Amino acid sequence: MPHVVTGNCNGCRFTDCVLTCPVACFHGDDQRMYIDPIACVDCAACVPACPVQAISESADLSKDQLMWVEINAEKSSSTPVIRTKQTPLAGAEERRAALGF
Amino acid sequence: MNGIGTVDNPLRVAIVGSGPSGFYAAEALLQSEHTTEVDILERLPVPYGLVRYGVAPDHPRLKDVADTYAEIARHPRFSFIGNASFGKDFTLKELADCYHAAILATGAATDRKLGIPGEDIQGCHAATSFVGWYNGHPDYRDLEFDFSSESVIIIGQGNVAIDVCRILAKSVDELRKTDIAAHALEALAESRIREIHLIGRRGPVQARFTTKELRELGQLSECDPFVDPDHLLLGDTCKSELNDVREPARPRNFEIFRSFASRRQEKRKCCRIHFLLSPREARGRLRLEELVLERTRLVGPAGRQQAVGAGQMVSIKAGLMIRSVGYSGSPLDGVPFDEKLGTIPNKDGRAEVTSPAGFPVYVTGWIKRGPTGIIGTNRADSMATVATLLADLPSFGAQPKPGREASVALLAQRSARSVSFQNWETIDQAEKARGLPLGKPREKFTRISEMLAASSA
Repeated sequence: MPHVVTGNCNGCRFTDCVLTCPVACFHGDDQRMYIDPIACVDCAACVPACPVQAISESADLSKDQLMWVEINAEKSSSTPVIRTKQTPLAGAEERRAALGF
Repeated sequence: MNGIGTVDNPLRVAIVGSGPSGFYAAEALLQSEHTTEVDILERLPVPYGLVRYGVAPDHPRLKDVADTYAEIARHPRFSFIGNASFGKDFTLKELADCYHAAILATGAATDRKLGIPGEDIQGCHAATSFVGWYNGHPDYRDLEFDFSSESVIIIGQGNVAIDVCRILAKSVDELRKTDIAAHALEALAESRIREIHLIGRRGPVQARFTTKELRELGQLSECDPFVDPDHLLLGDTCKSELNDVREPARPRNFEIFRSFASRRQEKRKCCRIHFLLSPREARGRLRLEELVLERTRLVGPAGRQQAVGAGQMVSIKAGLMIRSVGYSGSPLDGVPFDEKLGTIPNKDGRAEVTSPAGFPVYVTGWIKRGPTGIIGTNRADSMATVATLLADLPSFGAQPKPGREASVALLAQRSARSVSFQNWETIDQAEKARGLPLGKPREKFTRISEMLAASSA
């Protein structure tokens, strides 16, 4: 069961996750990050790295988050690999505070 | 400007240790804007450190990270120099002659002891020995573990403890198709273990298992996990720790413990997860017979609760005990060392090395920050260390350094037969070929002499 980036990444895109990925499985666009489910080795190193707890193992997703499995798979195939930290989106800190982290 | 990092005077860096942190440091250096040559010097003839010798054989996906390292190794300005041991085959002074800077990435290979009477009697082992043994590490190749007793105790509740537990709990058929060492598979086939005790000083909320590994313990084909339901009755401080939004794994793990507490034993083996117990004395005449433990209680504020003895003693009978209660790095000749933390003192990855004067030395991975985090954690750590190194670059001695030609020549003088990455690929192919008829991803060579023989086959 691969890991997936869920909704909390929207509006943040902090990208601390990409630094900890041992296999370069993070992809991204202007909006958010995605995990390539084929490349992910399920090590979970990215989970504590995310300041807004956006990353979960598929098995831990709630019902309303299950859609992210497919979105991650689909989007990661059409977006570039991101290996270095990017500038978070404008308003990321506000969103982080609003999410309670 | 000293002109280092250009085609005329490439930045030449030696990295000591070829585990994850060493390879990620190499990656960060090779991706920098400076022209850099990187040599990884490794004590063994084979690369990848704990990816090869720490990751459990039944976690093959995790071992795939080695493919990423092989890709780094194919960079034209990278070299692997295996079978070259720091302090024995080369010194810091010699690295200073050959390179502009060194990065130490030697890890934390030593087990901490329990510090209780009797812990050295036969049947008591360190997890590093057991893990090294089943993974075919040459240093642990000739150890012997006795699986003739029905009961075994594992001290510690981290991911290494759980790996050890799983290897003991699985049937030989479940392990047969992994890259577990042949000698381990053979010995485990004779195992009479029925009951595995996994001991933690603190409670279910503080246990450091990752959810994934804990869940896996509940899915073994021959072993049922159990938790005493009484240990899941929490006081107010534990409840507030459980509901800490910064620690989302805690409630997930707690749910899993709850499911373990309501299990009935149906399988041949069982794993009892004990909380609030601290080992006090290992007893036995010729070998371990029982472990005496003291019940503990938690004191202190939420997030910083400590286990203290509560006075009541209990005894668990067992013929084998494996401890996994923390790891420590080993000191390196000429490099300051913090005995208490088991790390090399550093500031943002820069070590305070005074001799040879002016030689910049850096650290990364477990020898830098202690044994925390998992494989990927080291990538961020190594990138940070390399950022420090590159920021220091203007202060490096401007003189060009000879790099690998000189270091390989030096090793040849010492009659140490160094192993190149190409040599390793030959060993790798040979191991895979040996594994093929057995249905294993590889059958590792477990002696240095065998590795060297295979490297030039």
